[in-house]
Amino acid sequence: MADVATRTTPLRGTHGGSASVRLTPAAPAERLSLRAASGDVAALSRALGLELPERPKTSASAGGRTALWLGPDEWLVIDEGEGGLMAACAASGALHSAVDVSHRNTAILVEGQGAAATINAGCPLDLSLKAFPVGACTRTIFGKVEIVVLRTGEEAFRVEVWRSFSEYAFGLLAEGATDAAL
Amino acid sequence: MLLIHCPYCEHDRSELEFRWAGEAHIARPETIAEISDEAFAEYFFLRDNDKGVTYERWRHIHGCGRFFNAARDTVSDRFLMTYKAGLPKQPVADVAATEQTIETYEQTEGDAR
Amino acid sequence: MSGSPNNLGAFRIKGAGRLTPARTARFTFDGKSYTAMEGDTVASALLAHGVHLVGRSFKYHRPRGILSAGPEEPNALLDVARDSARRQPNVRATVQEVFDGAKIASQNRWPSLAFDVGAVNNLLSPFFAAGFYYKTFMWPREAWSKLYEPIIRRAAGLGVAPKEEDPDHYANRFAHCDVLIAGAGVAGLTAALSAAATGAEVILVDEQPEVGGALHFDASTMIDGQNGYDWAQATAAKLAAMPNVRILTRTTVFGYYNHGFLGLAERVTDHLARPGRDLPRERLWQVRAKRVILATGAIERHMVFANNDRPGIMLASAARTFLNHHGVTVGRKVGVYTAHDSAYEAAFDLKRAGVTIAAIVDSRAKPGEAVVAEAKRLGIEVLTGHAVLDTSGRLRISSMKVARIGSTDSRKIAVDALIVSAGWTPSVHLFSQSRGKLRYDEAQQRFLPDIYAQDCVSVGACNGTDEIAALIDEAAAAGGGTVAIGGESRFAWTGGMIGAAEGAGPDTTVKAFVDFQHDVTAKDIRLAVREGMHSIEHIKRFTTNGMASDQGKLSNMHGLAIAAEMLDRPLPTVGLTTFRAPYTPVTYGTLVSHSRGDLFDPARQTPMHALQAAAGAAFEDVGNWKRAWYFPRRGEDMAVAVNRECRTVREVAGVFDASTLGKIEVVGPDAAKFLNLLYTNAWDTLKPGKSRYGIMTREDGFVYDDGVVGRLAEDRFHVTTTTGGAPRVLHHMEDYLQTEFPDLKVWLTSTTEQWAVIAVQGPKAREIIAPLVEGLDLSNEAFPHMSVAECTVMGVPARLFRMSFTGELGFEVNVPADYGAAVWTAIRERTEALGGCLYGTEAMHVLRAEKGYIIVGQDTDGTVTPDDAGLGWAVSKKKTDFVGIRGLKRPDLMRDGRKQLVGLLTNRPSDVLEEGAQIVADPNQPKPMTMLGHVTSAYWSENCGRSIAMALVAGGRARIGQTLYVPMQDRTIAVEVTDTVFFDKEGGRIHG
Repeated sequence: MADVATRTTPLRGTHGGSASVRLTPAAPAERLSLRAASGDVAALSRALGLELPERPKTSASAGGRTALWLGPDEWLVIDEGEGGLMAACAASGALHSAVDVSHRNTAILVEGQGAAATINAGCPLDLSLKAFPVGACTRTIFGKVEIVVLRTGEEAFRVEVWRSFSEYAFGLLAEGATDAAL
Repeated sequence: MLLIHCPYCEHDRSELEFRWAGEAHIARPETIAEISDEAFAEYFFLRDNDKGVTYERWRHIHGCGRFFNAARDTVSDRFLMTYKAGLPKQPVADVAATEQTIETYEQTEGDAR
Repeated sequence: MSGSPNNLGAFRIKGAGRLTPARTARFTFDGKSYTAMEGDTVASALLAHGVHLVGRSFKYHRPRGILSAGPEEPNALLDVARDSARRQPNVRATVQEVFDGAKIASQNRWPSLAFDVGAVNNLLSPFFAAGFYYKTFMWPREAWSKLYEPIIRRAAGLGVAPKEEDPDHYANRFAHCDVLIAGAGVAGLTAALSAAATGAEVILVDEQPEVGGALHFDASTMIDGQNGYDWAQATAAKLAAMPNVRILTRTTVFGYYNHGFLGLAERVTDHLARPGRDLPRERLWQVRAKRVILATGAIERHMVFANNDRPGIMLASAARTFLNHHGVTVGRKVGVYTAHDSAYEAAFDLKRAGVTIAAIVDSRAKPGEAVVAEAKRLGIEVLTGHAVLDTSGRLRISSMKVARIGSTDSRKIAVDALIVSAGWTPSVHLFSQSRGKLRYDEAQQRFLPDIYAQDCVSVGACNGTDEIAALIDEAAAAGGGTVAIGGESRFAWTGGMIGAAEGAGPDTTVKAFVDFQHDVTAKDIRLAVREGMHSIEHIKRFTTNGMASDQGKLSNMHGLAIAAEMLDRPLPTVGLTTFRAPYTPVTYGTLVSHSRGDLFDPARQTPMHALQAAAGAAFEDVGNWKRAWYFPRRGEDMAVAVNRECRTVREVAGVFDASTLGKIEVVGPDAAKFLNLLYTNAWDTLKPGKSRYGIMTREDGFVYDDGVVGRLAEDRFHVTTTTGGAPRVLHHMEDYLQTEFPDLKVWLTSTTEQWAVIAVQGPKAREIIAPLVEGLDLSNEAFPHMSVAECTVMGVPARLFRMSFTGELGFEVNVPADYGAAVWTAIRERTEALGGCLYGTEAMHVLRAEKGYIIVGQDTDGTVTPDDAGLGWAVSKKKTDFVGIRGLKRPDLMRDGRKQLVGLLTNRPSDVLEEGAQIVADPNQPKPMTMLGHVTSAYWSENCGRSIAMALVAGGRARIGQTLYVPMQDRTIAVEVTDTVFFDKEGGRIHG
């Protein structure tokens, strides 16, 4: 039997930020791109143990899992605990598409007083608390790459990005963080 | 830069998140394999490119990913409405091409009142 | 003149101005050292030392001075440097603040500012009249680019761009607000107070270092019982303390675009002697505002009369700014030439500061009574109904020639400065950019906002509201809240004129400048009309009036009036040129902001990138991806390395990083049905565990993409696309799924980056990977060519494809991306132990060409059908529908003689054709030759021991066996047409 493969994560060893913002690569997590019609949402919600959000720009969290509304039949489900998302969906009995994207995405945590301004260095969204409260999420654009942004706290965001774009995203966030601290 | 209302996200978002996708309400013929060369040309190659109110498709490609339809005045760049894909062509209030419509730079040059 | 470090300049007026003498800064101008006060602009600092001559004009190289005190400055454009790389040409001296150590130089002069050889142009000016570029340099044609243009560019011009890379960095910020207010004068501040009181999110922007606008010069207006400027600073402090207000000073709203979108340029460090390392030089703000309040004020116009451009001649409001704000007088004996009351107040302020006012020359018979009375009280001579007919002085004005209008009796009055005013032009630039329509105010001879195109309102002077109480009321109402502010001006202003003044009319030949920056005179505009230009747009382009970097802020109205007079038409019918963004020049650095260096574009790297770099790979760019191109060993050049890689793959095995290939997971009960519609092939017949090469056409029948599609389960397909095609193929699929086939129960997910893909190709491929794979029989019988399976590789879940893009026994190992590096290392070690090697994209290209496998986009070009490419077998004959089914039946796509993909073998095996080279049947035919097609792929094939090529050739397959010719620059290469398979024609190796 061959050696078991070890994991090499993107952005390993990278850190950055400024006086007002911390940038941290998030720990590896299990991720699912989940697709289903509205009639099947309830069964999938039961299977996953959280209420899949059906309103635009919202998310739901329970038991170490977070489901982000990305489109009318699309969710990004992130499990930072024990995993098992694919199996849970398969057991739901509901018609759906579940695709493992755990390694496609990586995440950068943007935290601190200047977090919103940092992201606004490249993102055209209104990230004021009024327009984008805690729990709000969306796919959007950041400079020249696509990201998913989730507000995890008043001054904290999780930025999900495809792995080959993560160095670019981190670099632009780092410049944004510097500028946000001025 | 345009501000576009996505009918799925129910939110106004920057043009940077969108991609234009051509004229709307051009249905792919159901029996496409059977249609005449002329009908195929009409379907695939020919577009009206009207000045004024046009119906066009956009995709919220860096948002919810949905295609949708929009009625836009190409003279003022004003969106009269956006609506979900699959809905029939939505009527819009008649936009008088004169007073209410602010023309583009090029058309107003030499035309101050 | 330059004097000691403590010499702040002989023209400083004690007690005048708002600057602090304790804080000084040293700078040099054309090598000479000067001391300024902090808060000085370069203009005020130079004037304090009596320096008026600061540049040479664009075309005639006439001596020029400082005309204004603000961003509208057309003349005083200087080169401002911090060091050799941080040097910017064409900086307006009236905007640039002095910082300690600044090195400032004049432009467009040689050898020196006072003695400029180019000034000979002034004597040759009859040859440089309007339109001279078009008329003079017509012949001979070739001489334009070789001779005339370089000379003209050197002689006529502005500054010189720095050659070094810009070491500064720039920032960008997207922002949103309820109300954006452009301009922080009385109107803007009042509107801000009013809007902020409603709780609205307010962004207040002003291009000057401090708020106040016209209050910088207007020292007589009182607001809420205090000096207007002091009120402005107190109000700004109050606003800045509110959480819903952001004040941006030194920031220009340079563009007002669609749907409440505005571009702002904030100058962060240009005024600092030692800027912090983290500070961006400038910051671009991209603001989306629900409402916009324009409080952009008005710009004073100059008088158009003979020799009105000498240094020492400047706008009256500018002289007032230099006195009241900077504490500098523009002269000792100052003349005034005006058609508007406002210039009187400048004279009063100067007089009170101890400056001699030579005379106020007013072209009007009846100026405002109040200002005339005050002039009398102060003992200033007022000459009403008079004109300044001419001026003298070589490098600075020394006298003005004054006469009663209509009279030939003139007298010379000695002056060392002449301040002028023809009235005020509302700044409607941003309103016009927002696509608003203007109307002409006949009584006041000005254009004012009329029909708004966006949620926007103009207040104050830019809206034609000049009277202070009305202005405050208007601004307060615009803000939407309620504020009570009392304002009082000392004098109500009357008057104003546009067009040429006395002595510069159509019957004269004097040089009366309309546009200073482009050296356009009243005469030039009349010439344009005489030569048949009747629209202001034509006149503008013929004369270049208003086309300089100041965009005619001073000249447009004068030019228009002169043209209207010549055309004998009402002014509004002559038209108004369009105001375009940017309002003032914006540096490229600001527009580029973060998009430079590593952030210019994402450089996408695969999970095995670092390992390949460490293995010595040379990389090539494929879209945004970095792909390993070849792996040179010590002493190898590219050709040697590629030959070795190609040979090794066929003899032993090679390892290749295929991670960049696009991957789309197609899931749902209708997955096969959907793929049937999107690909030319049939997919319902493909069994789970098998894969197939698929062709995607567009509706017009041309090849759009290709790739191997594996069926993992009844309802789950793993689709691969070309590297460059991945995003557009997914977009294309989504388009059909969402809008044409929305009832299909299937979903698409991009998995390109989920999987690291390691291709192992060659006779020993199975031997290499077998020990790493668990739970799968890899034998030919159990896992034949074009099989796919989910299995475990090195303990991690994997997808294994038996497939080949080389014609050899091959596998593609897909593992979750984070495991790619570990699996790659294990496979590489096993491969090299068996005598195999890593190979890159170049070897991959050669190997696939040896087998005649196409690359979409290289061997096809968007006009190639599957049949043209020799892939007719991949088009299902049974399906009743797929995207492209009808397009393929168009007559032109079915005719004989279409270009078809064939192989070419050069008569001399060592000749490698050039990709893109044209192919002809008879190399001796007369030119232009009939071209049959072109070479799409050409390589040296080490495995074939000769060159190989593929080409698209008209009626190609019928020409197999024929000799055709490829004419090159130095010789003609004869080629034999063949089929496209050059190696292992029987195809046995793939099943090895």
